[in-house]
Amino acid sequence: MVVDQVRPEQVEPDRVFHALADGTRRDIVTRTMQREYSVSALARLYPMSFAAVQKHVAVLEGAQLVSKRRQGREQLVTGNVATVRHAARLLDQFETVWRSRIERFGEILADDFPEGAPS
Amino acid sequence: MSVTSIEKDPVALTMTVTAEFDAPVERAWQLWADPRQLERWWGPPTYPATFVDHDLRPGGHVGYYMTGPEGDKPHGWWRILSVDAPHRLQFEDGFADDAGQPDPKMPTMTMRVTLEDRSGGGTTMVIVTTFPSTEAMEQLIAMGMEEGMAGALGQIDAILTA
Repeated sequence: MVVDQVRPEQVEPDRVFHALADGTRRDIVTRTMQREYSVSALARLYPMSFAAVQKHVAVLEGAQLVSKRRQGREQLVTGNVATVRHAARLLDQFETVWRSRIERFGEILADDFPEGAPS
Repeated sequence: MSVTSIEKDPVALTMTVTAEFDAPVERAWQLWADPRQLERWWGPPTYPATFVDHDLRPGGHVGYYMTGPEGDKPHGWWRILSVDAPHRLQFEDGFADDAGQPDPKMPTMTMRVTLEDRSGGGTTMVIVTTFPSTEAMEQLIAMGMEEGMAGALGQIDAILTA
């Protein structure tokens, strides 16, 4: 049984950071959110060994960004949509803060450069 | 509208804000480099920011607090990673305790600001924020949202009382 039993709050933030710091791992998460991939299918996508890809998947699994299940001889990998969706919602909230900051930033600049004024 | 695009990558945990202004790069840079001008936009009117330290040199410390409607004063800090005036600024942004000391228990985010000359005049500003993890993002946004919501609510109030 390879289904992860660890709850999200038990995952170390450092593990998620480390997991996503690598371009191949980010690509694996993005792909496996669309559909399930076997580890061997993933291994064909990258110029690296099966063992190296398997290692990347293990790191992602440890950070709960993907989960793995076994089907016959294949190991199938699925992206954890909930984790990524949660991140997307948080980013939406952060966007609100920055939209208003930029608006104020622009207003200050517009004060000394009124629109239409010759420059 | 000054904001031209906001791209969010929930896998890489980054947000990239691109904005354009008619003012030249040197003028836009002052809004980061001069603490009195910085505090005019960093916090919303209902949560204004006051910068107490502002050492914009590599390794330099920038300290600020915001004043909430209930008199609450959350403190924040930046640690300057690199500066190339008036085009580039990179810093770590985090929360501090009530005495202004960086809180090691709180996660930090990294901000990379770029100001470039826009063809035909003006400035293109790009700000890339990188969060260390979803958990850290949750914590940082939960704390930052207090001011964000206060700002939004303040604007609604202004409309209702107009």
